[in-house]
Amino acid sequence: MIYALLLVPFCAGVLAFIIRNDAARRRLLVSAAWLHAALTALCAADLLLGGSLSAALPGWAQGVSVWFAFDPLGMVFLCITSVLFLGASHYAVAYLASEKRDPGEDSDDGFIFNNAPEAVFTGCLLLFLAAMTAVTSSRHMGLLWASVEATTLLSAPLIYFHRTKRSLEATWKYLLICSVGIALALVGNLFLGAAALKNGAGLDIGGLMAGAAALDKPLLKAAFIFLFVGYGTKMGLSPFHTWLPDAHSEAPAVVSALLSGALLNCAFLGILRANAVCAGAGLADFTGGLLVLFGLFSVLTAALFMLGQRDYKRMLAYSSIEHMGILALGAGLGGGAAFGAILGAFSHSLAKAGLFFTSGLVLAAEKTKRIADVKGLRARAPRTAMLWLAGFFIITGTPPSGVFLAKFTILREALLRGHYWTAAAFLVFLAILFAGMARFFISMIYGTREPRPGEKPFAEPAGMLAPAAAFFILVVALGLYLPAWLNSLISSAAAGMGGAL
Amino acid sequence: MHTIAELIIVFIILLDLALAVTGSLSVCIRLVAAQGVVAGLLPLLASSEGPASRALVFAVVIILLKGAIFPWLLMRARDKSGAHKDVEPLITYPASIMLCLGAFIASSWLGSRLPLPKTEVAWIVPASLATIFTGFMLITTRSKAITQVLGYLVIENGIYIFGLALFVEQPMMVELAILLDVFVAVFVMGIAIFHISREFDHIDTAELSELSDWRRGEYGK
Amino acid sequence: MEIIKPFIQFLAVMFLSPLLLGVINRVKALFAGRRGQPLCQLYWDLYKLFMKTPVYSRTTTWVFKGGPVIAVSAVVAALAVLPFAGRQSFLAFEGDFIFLIYLLGLARFFTVLAALDTGSAFEGMGASREMQFAVFAEPAFFLGLAALSRVTGQTSLAGMFGTLTSATWAAAAPVLILLTASFFMVLLAENSRVPADDPNTHLELTMIHEVMVLDHSGPELAYILYGASLKLWLFGALIACMVLPRGGSWAADTAVFLLFMVAVAAAVGVVESVMARLRMIKVPYMLITAFAFSALALIFQMGR
Repeated sequence: MIYALLLVPFCAGVLAFIIRNDAARRRLLVSAAWLHAALTALCAADLLLGGSLSAALPGWAQGVSVWFAFDPLGMVFLCITSVLFLGASHYAVAYLASEKRDPGEDSDDGFIFNNAPEAVFTGCLLLFLAAMTAVTSSRHMGLLWASVEATTLLSAPLIYFHRTKRSLEATWKYLLICSVGIALALVGNLFLGAAALKNGAGLDIGGLMAGAAALDKPLLKAAFIFLFVGYGTKMGLSPFHTWLPDAHSEAPAVVSALLSGALLNCAFLGILRANAVCAGAGLADFTGGLLVLFGLFSVLTAALFMLGQRDYKRMLAYSSIEHMGILALGAGLGGGAAFGAILGAFSHSLAKAGLFFTSGLVLAAEKTKRIADVKGLRARAPRTAMLWLAGFFIITGTPPSGVFLAKFTILREALLRGHYWTAAAFLVFLAILFAGMARFFISMIYGTREPRPGEKPFAEPAGMLAPAAAFFILVVALGLYLPAWLNSLISSAAAGMGGAL
Repeated sequence: MHTIAELIIVFIILLDLALAVTGSLSVCIRLVAAQGVVAGLLPLLASSEGPASRALVFAVVIILLKGAIFPWLLMRARDKSGAHKDVEPLITYPASIMLCLGAFIASSWLGSRLPLPKTEVAWIVPASLATIFTGFMLITTRSKAITQVLGYLVIENGIYIFGLALFVEQPMMVELAILLDVFVAVFVMGIAIFHISREFDHIDTAELSELSDWRRGEYGK
Repeated sequence: MEIIKPFIQFLAVMFLSPLLLGVINRVKALFAGRRGQPLCQLYWDLYKLFMKTPVYSRTTTWVFKGGPVIAVSAVVAALAVLPFAGRQSFLAFEGDFIFLIYLLGLARFFTVLAALDTGSAFEGMGASREMQFAVFAEPAFFLGLAALSRVTGQTSLAGMFGTLTSATWAAAAPVLILLTASFFMVLLAENSRVPADDPNTHLELTMIHEVMVLDHSGPELAYILYGASLKLWLFGALIACMVLPRGGSWAADTAVFLLFMVAVAAAVGVVESVMARLRMIKVPYMLITAFAFSALALIFQMGR
């Protein structure tokens, strides 16, 4: 089943390069996304039922492998990725169609640009999904590294979909900073291997976890630091985040959504794997301290940079940095906060993807990314404006939503454990973020709009509205009611990520 | 055998120094290729009994990739982007070489501090760390996009040597996956360099500064 | 016999060193397709200059007259501690490699002082350049000798080269190769050879050493020329002692040593023939490279 999960997006991606017909290729994208989601659901069910589903399959179809297997932690991230991709595929179809009708015109630069070939875009999108699936399912630190690097390389062409100077700049920074950062994670892997040399565990995650207590402690510390910096770069933790706002603001909306919602989580998974091994070796205080420190620093950075934003996609990107900081904070605090971190990953991905989808609509309606140039969105695109407002409330953690629940859980855990300063700083930063973002959202939605000369009325495509709306509803639902199966999945994932318990 | 391995290590460090002072792009590309090839030879020499067939296959793949394919890709990128000139460092060459030496001193100190398994070949850990530092220096103090790719490759070389020093044997499949990633990275970066040279008329990364939160004048007027 | 050997060696150095410049000139002539000067041309030049009456500018003082004498005496004293074919010289003592470096520094100091004493802007420029390059060359040389002292565990030059055997080479080949390369670069720079300086140039833009000695004439110029040949011998002998295997009889070792000195001179000639002079601004790069080699050798040796 795991192989099917990997092969579906991979084969579809290769096919997408070959197919010449646009409509067929788009159908392929959507059907591959549905197939992937269905297989993911099957795998998740199998995991929850303790393997009774796959046991019913014939031997050749079980596909047991040393390299790929699921544990609750990986499964949570796979679910996020798959759900997100499903929404993104629908959005992408509508988006590509509208791009075809109305090729990009960038009023910021005042020129018309070309897009990359649609086949390349779709193909890379699907291959990107395959790489992310590999990240979530790999059971070997080396393979995990290779898959994370593959996601970087496969998503770079996606960022350069709009062929403008600025997107090229963003692509270059993304490629270089992430590649070099991830090279450091490779050094971390080597240290990890050296730490395991004595007991011969290799880099197999299962073996490492089983023999964690016997690992060489100083080497393990070095390994964690390198892995943390390496995957932290990719995850967008401050101060390694510099590529993130550029890439998120210049990529097409659908790609920004996937980067923010799925890719950052994949990098986070890399850190969590290392964290779990360190926790097993009794270094949870060390790793937890690092995670809390950098998590808080990321939230602070996001809060400070939020105040002076001029571009609403960059604003969303900084909000992503904030949430990555929150996830790191939760993982570092451990215990109940670990649950909050996983829940936060889930709800942030959905909410942020919805917001990026909506930002694509705003861009289509207003043809600018400058906050100051968007006024009275309510009048021009009422449904988009409604989503935009809803997204703002959800992402800033207004109850009831999954984001609120996650932030609240983490805060509660910090207070319970007596980290009063951490909790206080966290609250202050969140307040700054709320105020900073509110200013922009309100000025964009309300206010009086002066119609530009020669402007056609904007028809909001339902295909682009629906995924965003669906994601928002899901996040709110998560905040109101957490199904028992999801609860148990998240709990076991939180148990599997280490942290200062 | 160990003396030869030590000589190779010295050669690798000298290549680092040479990279710090070389002004010509094509020479830089060749130096990086030479470093990759020499590093690829190391595992064959380091083991006292004859090289295993697995190591042999792997060495051949590495030498082919780093010695032939990468330089070819990068030379092509250089030719197509019309960047025939110097590497245009942001600091002077003596400063580069001093940084390099300082990095080597720091890495010798670090190498003696790290609780690493004992290696039979002297200086292999400092050399690998110094190579990684040199790569970082190439990325941060050179202004062309192509030298940044070179810096990435030098870091990769350093990490490879570091892996040899730590005796971490990864399974064949993982090693090949890593190599494949590096290959695709260079490939994609090469394509990006074409595009940069087309959009900006040159590949000076100083031009890539439009996206920023600080410079009010140029963005978000 | 054993007692007088060092003195014989010393006298041989004093007598043979001008020959090296002749060898260099012949090699260069060979490359240029000329017949070239006789091998012993420098001897005739020295004889001729000693016979001449010197001419002094009215602005000069005793410093100008004393400079060349002190410089040549310093180099002669330095040669007295330098081993010959790996054998002990008569003045060897513990820590004499520092003595050697300071004597060379003294020689340079007085040459520069004499140049400045003329009051000519032209010579002042040469003096400034000389010191500028010395700033890079001396640390390279000093670090190189220090590394050698670490390799052999000795602090006298005679001790260092005496314990340097093929076993040392087998154990520390990379260090010794680096040092040899570094010393050769220092040799080229210290003796004003291409690519650091061109002894034949008469363009003020490019002159370094030659410009400092323009005002000297007669015996003083002879001292300077002789001092230059001694200095070349000194650096050549360092390299020879490092590279050459030993263990034969005194006569055999000496013969090999002398042959090698001729070979070093020939190598300098080859370098001068095939290379162009570096741009003035690039000369420090070469010396920094030498410095880097020495420093690397030292670090390697410390890290063993």
